[in-house]
Amino acid sequence: MNDTFELRGGETHIEVHKFFPGAIAGATILALALQAAFPVYVRRLDFLDLPLLVTIYFGLSRRNPSTGLLLGMTIGLLQDSLSGPKVPLGLYGIAKTVVGYLASSIGARLDTEHPLARFSLIVAFFVLHQAVLVLTRRLLLAQPEPWFNLHLAMAAGVNAVLGVPLFLLLDRLRRSS
Amino acid sequence: MVAIPPRHRSLALLAGVLLAQVMLLAVQIKRESRGRLIRVWAVSAVTPFERTGAWGFGKVRGVWHHYFALQTTARENEALRIENDALKLTISQLQSKAAEADRLGLLLHFKANNEKTPMVGARVIGASAGPASRTIEIDRGERDGVRSNQAVITPDGAVGKVIEVYRDSAQVLLLTDKESGVGAMLVASRIQSPVGGNGELMLTMKYVAAEDTVNVGEKVVTSGMDKIFPRDVPVGTVVEVKPGSPFKQVRVAPAAKLDRLEEVFVLLTQEPLEFQKEAEATSSAAAPSTPAGTSETAPQASPAVVKP
Repeated sequence: MNDTFELRGGETHIEVHKFFPGAIAGATILALALQAAFPVYVRRLDFLDLPLLVTIYFGLSRRNPSTGLLLGMTIGLLQDSLSGPKVPLGLYGIAKTVVGYLASSIGARLDTEHPLARFSLIVAFFVLHQAVLVLTRRLLLAQPEPWFNLHLAMAAGVNAVLGVPLFLLLDRLRRSS
Repeated sequence: MVAIPPRHRSLALLAGVLLAQVMLLAVQIKRESRGRLIRVWAVSAVTPFERTGAWGFGKVRGVWHHYFALQTTARENEALRIENDALKLTISQLQSKAAEADRLGLLLHFKANNEKTPMVGARVIGASAGPASRTIEIDRGERDGVRSNQAVITPDGAVGKVIEVYRDSAQVLLLTDKESGVGAMLVASRIQSPVGGNGELMLTMKYVAAEDTVNVGEKVVTSGMDKIFPRDVPVGTVVEVKPGSPFKQVRVAPAAKLDRLEEVFVLLTQEPLEFQKEAEATSSAAAPSTPAGTSETAPQASPAVVKP
């Protein structure tokens, strides 16, 4: 077992994971750097949202809503900052804050280690992330944005397909007890 | 102060964080400031990683393209090889054309300088079949006014003389043939002596007395005494002088390129020609545009421009 301690919720035993020092920061910066590099080097991968995947993963693993939402906010604001002056600070920040909070909350109640569960959660969080983005754009920025389309559906699937092995890779950053 | 229950602290934190970001958005919209300071920090923090990533991407992409993604390389290589062959052929043809244009230009220039001298431009269409004789065949004959014992030259110098004439062609005995000979003299010392061939590329000045002084590098021109060549047609340059008795052994490098003739003139008269100026003009005109080694591959050019 590589878990550090357990939460007991009724009959369910939920494992809470800790990571090597700097693992979260390193993975976050790497994800942001790769995300910034995709449009330049691999245009076909520009629908990947690595910061979102990292937010979901650490939210599900840490299982602390406060930590999850703060991590989501940080990643989101950094992504906003790296997205150029046309993207206002807070757009991705709000969406990833919500995702980080919910991922941590769900991770504290469900077993999210199974690949199928991870696949479903990534799809769900991708849709939620997109919904919050659209909502923010429409309500706060008055920018018309489609709620969902085929491209976004494919992007959700692709992110989930790539997210599952990525999560397995990130599992190696966990500190064994 | 209202105490927040522990189980709702995270929810309160969420609300606070969201509210703060909404406010941040609102501030940006109102002020159009776009939070420059935070952007500077974020960009500064991530830029080194982006730079490293870019370097890594470049390396990985290079390895991928150069070592793995080679499915189409063989086909591309084959297509490029074919294209390369075609381009080589085109270049060769263009070089030949350029060399031909240069040669024809020289002939035209020579002809223009000697327009009052009757001469026939001819194309070399063949050569002797064996090493026993040094002859060439030209595409001008009796119908063009060519007769036996007429001098054959190029703008560079003497080539030989016509020995057989047919209706539309003629045979020319080159200076390098063993049986050949031309009345010649040294330009500086004015020593006269026939120059002939010995079957090689070099000529021999045959009867220079042992006591006469001959210098290497001295020019040799025709003397006009053989009643075939007019005076002062360049024959060659002395390249070797050996003492001998009763005659020196003087070897002369021919002025004309006798081993790669393509166009020549048959002189229909013995009137003097202007060669000195011609040699200077040709050397300056031919050098820049004639690629090395192209004359061997050049197709035989039609000398129609120098017909009388």
